[in-house]
Amino acid sequence: MTPPTATLALADDALILSHRLAEWAGHAPVLEEEVALANLALDLLGQARTLLSLLGDEDELAYRREERAFTNTQLVEQPNGDFAHTIARQLYYATFQQLLFGRLAVLDSELTPLAVKAGPETAYHRDHAVTWTLRLGDGTAESHARMQRAVDALWRYTGELFHPLPGLPELDHRALEADWLARVSEVLTTATLAVPGTPRGGTGRRGLHSESFGRLLAEMQHLHRSHPGATW
Amino acid sequence: MEQSTTPTRELADRFARTVAADERIEPRDWMPDGYRATLLRQIAQHAHSEIIGMQPEANWITRAPSLRRKAILIAKVQDEAGHGLYLYSAAETLGASRDELLDGLHSGRHKYSSIFNYPTLTWADVSAIGWLVDGAAITNQVPLCRCSYGPYARAMTRICKEESFHQRQGYESLHVLAHGTPAQREMAQDAVDRWWWPSLMMFGPPDDESPRTAQSMAWRIKRHTNDELRQRFVDICVPQAEALGLTLPDPELRWNDERGHYDFGPIDWAEFRAVLRGDGPCNEQRIGQRRAAHAEGAWVREAAAAYAGKHGLAA
Repeated sequence: MTPPTATLALADDALILSHRLAEWAGHAPVLEEEVALANLALDLLGQARTLLSLLGDEDELAYRREERAFTNTQLVEQPNGDFAHTIARQLYYATFQQLLFGRLAVLDSELTPLAVKAGPETAYHRDHAVTWTLRLGDGTAESHARMQRAVDALWRYTGELFHPLPGLPELDHRALEADWLARVSEVLTTATLAVPGTPRGGTGRRGLHSESFGRLLAEMQHLHRSHPGATW
Repeated sequence: MEQSTTPTRELADRFARTVAADERIEPRDWMPDGYRATLLRQIAQHAHSEIIGMQPEANWITRAPSLRRKAILIAKVQDEAGHGLYLYSAAETLGASRDELLDGLHSGRHKYSSIFNYPTLTWADVSAIGWLVDGAAITNQVPLCRCSYGPYARAMTRICKEESFHQRQGYESLHVLAHGTPAQREMAQDAVDRWWWPSLMMFGPPDDESPRTAQSMAWRIKRHTNDELRQRFVDICVPQAEALGLTLPDPELRWNDERGHYDFGPIDWAEFRAVLRGDGPCNEQRIGQRRAAHAEGAWVREAAAAYAGKHGLAA
């Protein structure tokens, strides 16, 4: 399979991460996080819709593609797990997104307008993730252990964030990765957590997903697919 | 203490004059114990309803049939959490803490709106909730914007603006279904059939079984009786249902020229009482999910408090 275009890859990331975050609705540990997690989900869904619309009909693309045609990273499709897993996933992805959008905002690409508009959102997302990483990492013994477990468990999906994507030729992916690692390491260290190493792993960009992803799509797509041709 | 320097009589008179003049009672003002208790109960119930009310709608977020509808639904559920927060803040001005309030919900000591004990079985339920449940809530809540207690009235002003927006979106979504494929239309009608009567129950027991209404009206917490608001709601909904091309599941529903209102059939008050008692279709599930979210989140809240303690921050 040829690598996906950057537009589709980033659209799928935003769509699937938004879906995972929205699963928290009604289950968050504190009411303020009900608001915050829904807010993050909504921002990402907005980004996904903008990107998908550049490629075609947003609903056709979201609801009618099979699992193997999705090009999101495996990181964003990982189940929410406990709150620490959700936060580790957010820290990794929001840091990547903020660095990427910062670069795209000053390039001349079809993604530039989105990067400019979404820049403040990604800064807020990262801020949220950093704040919670610090609280959990440097909170109680239990929260520290849970946060370290989450940081370690999700690390194996971070590598593919830095795979070059067609459509982003001017990007220095190695520099992006180095920046990401420096920033994430700084947060983890401040949070008294161990840094797992250099980013590694992940096959989602090639359409190879985790087992849980099929169920996510089954749930997301079933109603739309049950009523072909209907409008909502 | 204020009470030792100012005679209670004078305070009570001032309270009565403020209420009679349609001015606002504020948190630091003297107020009768009964007024405080009534408001606290009502605002807490209202806050809990926003929080529990997230569940039936959130049930469909991951299955929303288009990205636009999904975005609208996430925004709505987010707003509900926000409304819960405004209302808990309003309740806190009466001397309760958030922890006590949540404990009241989790322990079953406080109630929440009966409507949220019904299940959302199809996508159309989300639309019907927007139209009917939010519509009933607005009918109930708009008069609360003039409630005598300032913090509650101000919270309601903000909440009603957002609720009206959701209600229009629900109506629009139902309109799309009612004018969609035969299957969508059937789904819409079925949802309205299931949500109509529970929505009428949201206005509470009939006036002759609502012992606290008279006092609440005298205190200008309430402005209208349950039956008055219920009638107003029915009068609004009948033409809207006609515009939607859907029927309401009440064979006795008809215009009464003499009264200038729609007559409607009897409400199943036994069902209402069963739901309030905890025997509705989803009571156990709703409170169970809320307790579980709170219990599973304990370590997160403890971490935040510990971090704040170490770093000299307010938790």
